[in-house]
Amino acid sequence: MYLTSEEHAILAGKHGKATQKAMEILVALGTIYGAERMIPVTSVQIAGVSYDNLGEAGLHFLTEMAAGGGRTRVLTTLNPAGMDVENWKALDIDPAFAEQQKRVIEAFAHMGVVTTCTCTPYLSGNTPHYGEHIAWAESSAVCYANAVIGARTNREGGPSALAAALTGRTPAYGYHLEENRKPGIRIDVQAQVTGNDRLGALGKAIGTKLEGEAGRRKGEKPIAYVTGVVQASVESLKSFCASIATYGGAAMFHMQGITPEAAQWTPAQWAPPTDTLIITQADVDAAHRSMNDTISGEVDFVSLGCPHLSIREIARIAELLEGKQVTKEFWITTARPTKQMADMMGYTATIEASGAKFATDTCCVVAPVKGRFKALATDSAKACYYARAKNKFRTVLKPFDDVVAEALK
Amino acid sequence: MKWQGRTIYRGKVAGEALVSHMGISFFGGVDPDTGIVVERGHELEGQSVSGKILVFPTGKGSTVGSYTLYRLKHAGKAPAAIVNAECETITAVGCIIAEIPCVDHVPIDLIQDHTQIIVDADAATIECDSA
Repeated sequence: MYLTSEEHAILAGKHGKATQKAMEILVALGTIYGAERMIPVTSVQIAGVSYDNLGEAGLHFLTEMAAGGGRTRVLTTLNPAGMDVENWKALDIDPAFAEQQKRVIEAFAHMGVVTTCTCTPYLSGNTPHYGEHIAWAESSAVCYANAVIGARTNREGGPSALAAALTGRTPAYGYHLEENRKPGIRIDVQAQVTGNDRLGALGKAIGTKLEGEAGRRKGEKPIAYVTGVVQASVESLKSFCASIATYGGAAMFHMQGITPEAAQWTPAQWAPPTDTLIITQADVDAAHRSMNDTISGEVDFVSLGCPHLSIREIARIAELLEGKQVTKEFWITTARPTKQMADMMGYTATIEASGAKFATDTCCVVAPVKGRFKALATDSAKACYYARAKNKFRTVLKPFDDVVAEALK
Repeated sequence: MKWQGRTIYRGKVAGEALVSHMGISFFGGVDPDTGIVVERGHELEGQSVSGKILVFPTGKGSTVGSYTLYRLKHAGKAPAAIVNAECETITAVGCIIAEIPCVDHVPIDLIQDHTQIIVDADAATIECDSA
């Protein structure tokens, strides 16, 4: 792998221990994946922030990197933490956990990371442009950046994203290279899909088919070129991205008429009819049903904001909750800058008056909620996956407005 | 026998081989405090990776597994070195942050369990008594 003289100097430890370790990580990844060189990145999103996932070892590593002189060279933001950094007591977070979580965030802050803890950095100031090389972790945001924005990133893990932040570089392989962004299978959606829950179900249906294709193609997973989705909002696209990443391991897709790179690849150019899979209404319905394994009477936990809510979604929640009282634990999960917009608009006051709780900086996937609840109602296919796998909850997947209604029942 | 491989992380160490023909998921698959393999049905289930030259085809599972290697190192229970057929991101990053010598691209099928082997990751070589 070719390295510049500055990269050699970093590797030799001339820019401090932490930066050296970062470069060692990048060189190893570049070697494994056959990168010819490093490329500069301009934006980083780091995952592995919740103490629930990091544990003591992760915290120790981050503290060591901060103490070793690690300092970000490019705009870097964080994934959700395990709690609302300000309002953790109202969410019944264990004080010992809160203490460790704060130390994690302090270590990142010490390195110059902007500590907005969100899975939707593209909604709060970390917004790359088309074609920009970036190094993001957080599978839903990776998919959104590659597909919806047309920026270029591999799916980083926590340490490799931090390594990119401390050096301003990433090895040039995978989705950074034009030839690896080409679609490999056409997915024709012959169904009506609107709303977060339905787009999430579509993401699961497609993701499951992609896993099947990977098996058939000896491990190589093709990039989906989705046709037949006529219209999608930013909100429903973030739901789709989270789902196709969770259920299909996808870091990239194209959607005709919606994502920017799709125009380069009209199906006639590359897709023989044998490489087309059809998704029917029955497929979407079956995927949707598969995420409902309980009835609404069992629900004791309601959460919206996986991925984190936009200000438009919070406005809708405020409208639906105005003058009413919730009867269940209801978490509104979003980024702190979005919460501050909600404060400014009076939405926060309306929502909190109903008894619903803001769980800013965190979400129902990464907060330590195992054992606290039995059944979750959500509009998020991704949240359903983790609620079951990590927290052993049963789940109810519903349209956005119906989830709010569930909290009022 | 001596084989030339590829260096993932530097260092030189000699020790006893612990060979798995199955992939290893460090997160959830290895107890981070004891180094004992706890994955149900794994061929190394119940054995400790601590101080061994851990030989396996490739890593798998959650990326948090990198931190498990780091935690094993700090608990004094890490493997002395790792030898893979094909190293992937989780194991590579784990070895780098935990400073565990690691070499891949060697014919691991020819390495027998419990033999003494020398891993020289600086030279990217593996040497063993038998085979």
